[in-house]
Amino acid sequence: MADVMIQTPPVLQGPSEKERKYDRQLRLWAASGQAALESANILLVNSGSGTVGVETLKNLVLPGIGKFTIADQATVRHEDLGVNFFLDESSLGELRAKACTNFLIELNPEVQGDWHPKSNDSFNLQQLLTTSPPFTLVLYALPLPQDQVQLLHDYARQHTTPIMAVHSVGFYSYFKTTLPGTFPVVDTHPEETVTTDLRLLAPWSELVDFAKDMTKDIDSLDNHEHGHLPLVVILLHQLDQWQQSHGGGYPTKYADKTAFRQTVSDAMRRDNPEGGEENFEEAVAAVMKHVTLPSIPGSLQQVFEYEHQDPADAQSSFWIIAEAVKQFYKEHGCLPVPGGLPDMKAQSGVYIKLQNIYKEKARQDVREVLNSVRSIPGGEEIDSSEVELFCKNARFIKLINSEGGNAVRVDQVVDQELANDEIAAIAGPEMPLSLLPIYLALTATSHVTTDSPHGIIESIGQQAPKAASSERFLKTAQEVSRAGGGELHNISAVTGGMVAQEMIKVITKQYVPIDNTCIFDGIESRCQVLRL
Amino acid sequence: MKGRGLAPGGIKVTHSPAKVGAEAPKFLVGRQLRHTEKQPHLHLDLTETAYDAPSPVQQCTDPPQLLLQSCSSNITSLLQHAKRHPIPRILNPTARFWKMSVETQVAADAGVGSQDARWKYLDHIRRNAGPFTDPGATEDEFLAQFEKFKILGAGGLGCEILKNLAMSHFKNIHVIDMDTIDISNLNRQFLFRKADVGKFKAEVAAEFVQKRVEGVSITAHNNRIQDFDEEFYKQFQLVVCGLDSIEARRWINAMLVSIAEEAEDPDAIKPLIDGGTEGFKGQARVIFPSITSCIECQLDMHAPRAAVPLCTIASIPRQPEHCVEWAHIIAWEQEKPFPQLDKDDPEHVTWLYQKALTRAQEFSIPGVTYSLTQGTIKNIIPAIASTNAIIAAACCNEAFKIATTSAPCLGFENNYMMYSGNDSIYTYTFKHEKKDDCPVCGRQARPLEVDPKATLQELVDSLALRPEAQLKKPSIRAEGKTLYMQFPPSLEQQTRPNLGKTLIELGLENGQQVVVTDPAFPLEFNFFFKFKADS
Ligand SMILES: [Zn+2]
Repeated sequence: MADVMIQTPPVLQGPSEKERKYDRQLRLWAASGQAALESANILLVNSGSGTVGVETLKNLVLPGIGKFTIADQATVRHEDLGVNFFLDESSLGELRAKACTNFLIELNPEVQGDWHPKSNDSFNLQQLLTTSPPFTLVLYALPLPQDQVQLLHDYARQHTTPIMAVHSVGFYSYFKTTLPGTFPVVDTHPEETVTTDLRLLAPWSELVDFAKDMTKDIDSLDNHEHGHLPLVVILLHQLDQWQQSHGGGYPTKYADKTAFRQTVSDAMRRDNPEGGEENFEEAVAAVMKHVTLPSIPGSLQQVFEYEHQDPADAQSSFWIIAEAVKQFYKEHGCLPVPGGLPDMKAQSGVYIKLQNIYKEKARQDVREVLNSVRSIPGGEEIDSSEVELFCKNARFIKLINSEGGNAVRVDQVVDQELANDEIAAIAGPEMPLSLLPIYLALTATSHVTTDSPHGIIESIGQQAPKAASSERFLKTAQEVSRAGGGELHNISAVTGGMVAQEMIKVITKQYVPIDNTCIFDGIESRCQVLRL
Repeated sequence: MKGRGLAPGGIKVTHSPAKVGAEAPKFLVGRQLRHTEKQPHLHLDLTETAYDAPSPVQQCTDPPQLLLQSCSSNITSLLQHAKRHPIPRILNPTARFWKMSVETQVAADAGVGSQDARWKYLDHIRRNAGPFTDPGATEDEFLAQFEKFKILGAGGLGCEILKNLAMSHFKNIHVIDMDTIDISNLNRQFLFRKADVGKFKAEVAAEFVQKRVEGVSITAHNNRIQDFDEEFYKQFQLVVCGLDSIEARRWINAMLVSIAEEAEDPDAIKPLIDGGTEGFKGQARVIFPSITSCIECQLDMHAPRAAVPLCTIASIPRQPEHCVEWAHIIAWEQEKPFPQLDKDDPEHVTWLYQKALTRAQEFSIPGVTYSLTQGTIKNIIPAIASTNAIIAAACCNEAFKIATTSAPCLGFENNYMMYSGNDSIYTYTFKHEKKDDCPVCGRQARPLEVDPKATLQELVDSLALRPEAQLKKPSIRAEGKTLYMQFPPSLEQQTRPNLGKTLIELGLENGQQVVVTDPAFPLEFNFFFKFKADS
């Protein structure tokens, strides 16, 4: 109960100006996410027709990224003005990096921007990388010469910096994220509807006692009291009855759950003036979803079973907490109680008591996990709030790039995708086909501005011989070639939006980033995420 | 129409020449219309793909000849045919659905060298057909036609939409927005600065883009979209909306469907492209009014948020939101600390926050904050720059494809894209079917499931909450009798006693037709009662 009464003292004036400006995004990633954004330092290596990277930056400057730097060899030409909004007539002949930086920082005075090179012939990526303060994340736009791509990836490896590539041509684009090692996400923001975990089949004594106390004379309760029993109490009472008539067993099979649901429905009073009870209706509706045995999802199982290639990785706070939660699970057969209670029909006081029973149990479980954490070498200093968040979100934790060390064989992915397409073709025209051809056709022009359809197909054939004979690959190559290496503003704006979302997810460690390539088809208006 | 050999007013079936690969030939149905003096004359091209790939899902039963016959009388019958039969069997998504053939000079702004150089990338794509491009797209006269396009943008995605339309080389753009700039817009509406707070959004945005992109003309209207009539909307070829309220969406949808249905020529069909976002999620959809599934057909995709019962707010609060609603609905009305509640005035919000906090403390309810108070009373939806960028650009990409036919657009086959960036990236692009009983574009009344023992008041209240209706101020008429009218006050008073009566007491029967109207929408909703079996 203690923390319930502790409230922030009423403020006399509203939120700060900065809170008002960022209000709509703070509702998504909170002050912690905002702080991470504001301390980030981003590098964009720009090239080609130069729009998709700048559109990405726009979507990071607005929410208040700390700092960005644009490296770009190009000077502004007329054709840039037809595709890049962050340039105008006055920019013609200027260094594109400088002109775009100036138009971008104008969007948000809280953001710092820099550019490279400072003069026309001094472009030196190596020098920029060695003299700049460390970058939080590197984004490069293709096509880019092979040696520059190599340089950036070397930098990313050495500094364990996430790096993203993006390529937008005509109606197509893709982007690919390379993360340094496995990337666990705790604060995944699952949908509210799936987070409820009532533990009806694994109740603890305080919860059992509370329910028993409320239902000991259930039949003599007056209509008002009966009609305000919380659904948790109703279900625990009915489960208790069920156990008594079923040799102590719980309704876990589908048929039993259906029968159980009927008994709950039968327990509803219908002789009252309303002819039914809302709380019992809520209880009936909750049976299928919430009368379930505790289990752990595959994504968490993956965390528990993960074997570190580099033992040093296991020293991070995430893995230490994961080890402690694993011990907890082994011992109790269920995860720590997350502690939330959804709204349900009940008297205020009863609901708050029930809410506190869940919260207290959650706190108790966190304390137990924290004790294990403290006993693991390296766990002494871990913040208890980090343990708390882990316990609360345990079922929704995701491991991204868990196969980071294993190279993907493109020809195998091609085989898999072509096989899927054959199945899709049989299933009917609504089944979308693989977008892998777009990725392969674009990667054929990773280092050159453009190529003929023939040249693109030849290049694809070297990676995946099967693809070269497919008609869809040929058409895709024609479509890529058709654009002559130019961007369409809309496609680069869509793509820049998606890349910015991904960068925000990686920087804030909130929500779930892609693993690892997203392909966008602006003709059919859809995406596909593949590991490539 | 170079190379097509269409006789004026005639119908011709040709093979589509530019398809790459070994696909079966496709039918093409074309129809040239009378041309009027004022407008450039119109051309409707409908490409047919139905008969080469039998689909297990839908099949037009008419053989091609019949289809052509049924289309040959006039354009209305063609559109009616489209209504009677599954759309994709008649129109394929690559269809150059409309196309105004040109009587004008080629390349209006040729000779402006820097302009040619500026649009190099875009022109390259327009002049070089791809394997999916409509064959006529690269013809000079069609390219020139694009110059005359007049396009309308509106709503909370307006900044992005204006930028994208200007960068798509649309030259004549109108924008409608009644809102003024608030500080909370600055995190995403990128044409506005702190110094612009309080100014009209439409004006500031139009001025910014016009200054940045040479050669574009943008007309700003500081109005509600509902302030304009049919004549105004008829001047545009395309409407791109990123409106934040469902009411405004339904209104513009009803307007464009009515324009399409009243006119006989296909120029009256003004594609509506609609986008919306919430957090990392959003949707973009394309509607060919009167032909494809409209916003009203898709209304159940936007289920209204379940309302909290008043008794919970008044006597048994459990959640912080219940306390805020109590402060908002009950405490404010009782105490009237300021003459008029201004949800944007920090002083007013602070008053509500403190009231809510006191109530929460009384019931030991945790979680009341200023931010939650504001979010609850204003129904704030989280919004970020990146999601708005994605959805607005997906919409404008469709506008560009429709106007240039440089690639197949959404609309006839798939017409709806859902996007989510919460957990990895997920898009679902699908076809939302037109509904025969759509109150806006359909012809049939739709069932209204009701309990005959319910009162008229309960029915009226339920109309606001039912996902398929969402009418907040409904007036109801049955055949021959007025059940309840919200306006005028005299009629309201006269019909009010009916609210307490049950449907049975009012003499209403199962299957009976009722007409519902609501001041927010310029149309009637036709329902028939479907009585629930005794519950
Ligand atoms: Zn409709």
